[in-house]
Amino acid sequence: MPRIEQTAAIAPQNIEGRPAPGLFWPCWTLTRREVVRFLRQRSRIIGALGTPLIFWLMVGGGLGKSFSVGGDAPDISYMEFTFPGALAAILLFTSIFSMISIIDDRREGFMQGVLVAPVSRLAIVLGKLIGASVLAVAQAGVFMLLAPTAGISLGVANLLATIAAMALVAVAVTGLGFWLAWLMESTQGFHAIMNVVLMPMLILSGAFFPLGGSSGIIRWITYANPMTYAVSLLRHSIYLGRTEPVESVAGPLVALVVTAVFAAAMVGASCRVASRETAKALQ
Amino acid sequence: MMIVSVQDIRHRYGTHVALDGVSFDVASGECFGLLGPNGSGKSTLFKILTTLLPLTSGRAIVASHDVMTSRADVRRAIGVVFQSPSLDVFLTVRENLLHAGHLYGLTGATLSARIQEAMTALQIADRANSRVKTLSGGLKRRVEIAKCLLHHPALLILDEPSTGLDPLARKELWRHLQQLRQDRGMSILVTTHFMDEAERCDRLGIFDRGRLVALGTPDELKRRIGGECVTIEGDELDALASDVESLLNRKAARIDGLLKLETPDGVAAMTRIMSSLGPRIRSITLGKPTLEDVFVHETGHPFEESPAAGE
Repeated sequence: MPRIEQTAAIAPQNIEGRPAPGLFWPCWTLTRREVVRFLRQRSRIIGALGTPLIFWLMVGGGLGKSFSVGGDAPDISYMEFTFPGALAAILLFTSIFSMISIIDDRREGFMQGVLVAPVSRLAIVLGKLIGASVLAVAQAGVFMLLAPTAGISLGVANLLATIAAMALVAVAVTGLGFWLAWLMESTQGFHAIMNVVLMPMLILSGAFFPLGGSSGIIRWITYANPMTYAVSLLRHSIYLGRTEPVESVAGPLVALVVTAVFAAAMVGASCRVASRETAKALQ
Repeated sequence: MMIVSVQDIRHRYGTHVALDGVSFDVASGECFGLLGPNGSGKSTLFKILTTLLPLTSGRAIVASHDVMTSRADVRRAIGVVFQSPSLDVFLTVRENLLHAGHLYGLTGATLSARIQEAMTALQIADRANSRVKTLSGGLKRRVEIAKCLLHHPALLILDEPSTGLDPLARKELWRHLQQLRQDRGMSILVTTHFMDEAERCDRLGIFDRGRLVALGTPDELKRRIGGECVTIEGDELDALASDVESLLNRKAARIDGLLKLETPDGVAAMTRIMSSLGPRIRSITLGKPTLEDVFVHETGHPFEESPAAGE
C-alpha cells in the first residue's frame, strides 16, 4: 500500500535545504485569490459595474449640462474634460476598497496564515498590490467603454497606452492604500483618512476643474499632489499622438516619471511597514 | 531532543508586563499545553514562538532555529492554527489548501499529493470542492489544520483550538490531533484556557500574569496539592471561612461563592466540619483536585480573566 510509504516519508525531517518559496508563487497565488474572491461576491461585481455608470449619468446627464470648462479650453465638454479624472477616481476607490480588508484580515483572517509562512514581505505586498490593481484596471476598463459617449475616440495605440498608464497608477494607489491600511488599527480610522487625505488628493488633481481659475495655494497643493501627475498621465495616454483639447498640468515625460516614482515609493513604503514588526497591530 | 526551548523571555506592551521571565522546554513528540486565563501571557508567547512578535528579551529556539535570527527557518518548520479562522470563506477547501501550499513553495504534483494526504488525514476529502463558508465550525477547524500540515511541519502550534467548537467537535479535533502525533511523531504546542483540553496534554505550563507558575504532567500537578479538595457551599462565607480555618488550622479559599480547602484526609475534615458547623452548611463535597484547584493552589486566586489583560 502506498499509504504506508507515505506515512514513513512524512515524519518530521530536517528542514535545512528545503527550497524557499521565492517570489513568483506567493505573488501569483495571492493575486489569484484576490481576483477569485472578487468574482464570487456578487455585490462587489454589481458595485464595480454600477459605479462607472452612475458617475457617467451624474456628470454626463447632470453636472455636465450645468458646467462648461471655460477658461483654458472653452470647446471641450465637461464630460470629456473629467474623463481621465473619472478613470483616476475609479482606480483610486477600487484600490482603496480592496485594501481596507487588510486591516481585519491580518488580525483575524487569511493574512494571519500568510504572515507565518516563509514568504518575503515583498511577495506579500506585491501579491496584494497586483491582485487589487488587476481588479481596479478591469473596472476602469469597463468605464472606458463609455469613452465614445464623452466624445473620445480611442485607437489601439491609445487604448494600450491608457491601459498601461492605468496599471501604473493602480499600483501606486493600491500601494498608498496598503501602506495606510497597514498603519491603521481599525477600519473606522481608515475611513477618516479617506476623507481627510484621499478625497482632497482626488479633487485637487486637476481632474475636475482646470487650474487656470484657482487660487495660489490650491495651485501649489495641486502641483505637490502626486495624483495630479497620474491624471495628467492618463490624459496624455488617452490623446496619445493627437492634439489634446485641454492643457495638462504636467507634460507626458514629467507625468510618467512622477507617477513611476510615486508607485515605487508606495511599494517601498508598503514593504517597509509590512516587514516592520507587526507587534503593535497584532497585540 | 527539544522541539521548543524558551529561556527567560520577557515582553512588555508599554508599561504592561505581558511576560515576566518565562523558561521551559518542550520535548520532541510531546503535546505541551500552555494553560492560563486570558491576559496571562500565553497569547504573547504564542505570537513570539510563531514569529509574529519580535523577541525583545530572552531566547527562544523552535525546531533548532532561533526565532530572532532564523525566522524563515522557524516558519518553515511550524504549522500554525490561529484562534480566529484564517481560511478564505469565498474559496473552496481545495483552493484554500492550494494557496497555502504555494506560500510554502509547494507546487504541481507534489502539492496535489500533499493536499490529498492532508485531506485524508483530517477526513475532509469529501468536502474538497465546498466553499468554506458552507462548512460547520468543526469542519473549518479541521481544514485549518489540514492547511498547516501541507509542508510537513515538525511542530504544530495551536492557539485556543477549541474556541467556538461544541463538545463533540472538540472531541473530534483532539482525536485527529492525537492521530497526527501517532502517525507522524509531530510535536504539538497548544494554548488553552479549557481544563478538559489541558488534561489531554502530556505536560502543562500554567501561566498567570506573565509568569509560569507551575510545570508538569497533569497528574503531577494535581498530586502537588497532596490530598483532596473539600468544597463547601454555605451562607455568610466570610465568617464560615474563618471558622473552618481555625477549626482545621488550614487555609480555605473563597472561589466563586464557594469555600475550597485542600486536605490530606478529606473524610476526616468533612466529618469535623459537619459536626461543628453543620447547621451553617448547605452542601459539602469531596473531590480529587482538578487543574483549576492547582491553579488556585499556585496563584492564590481564582482562574478567571485578569482585569489588566493587555492582549
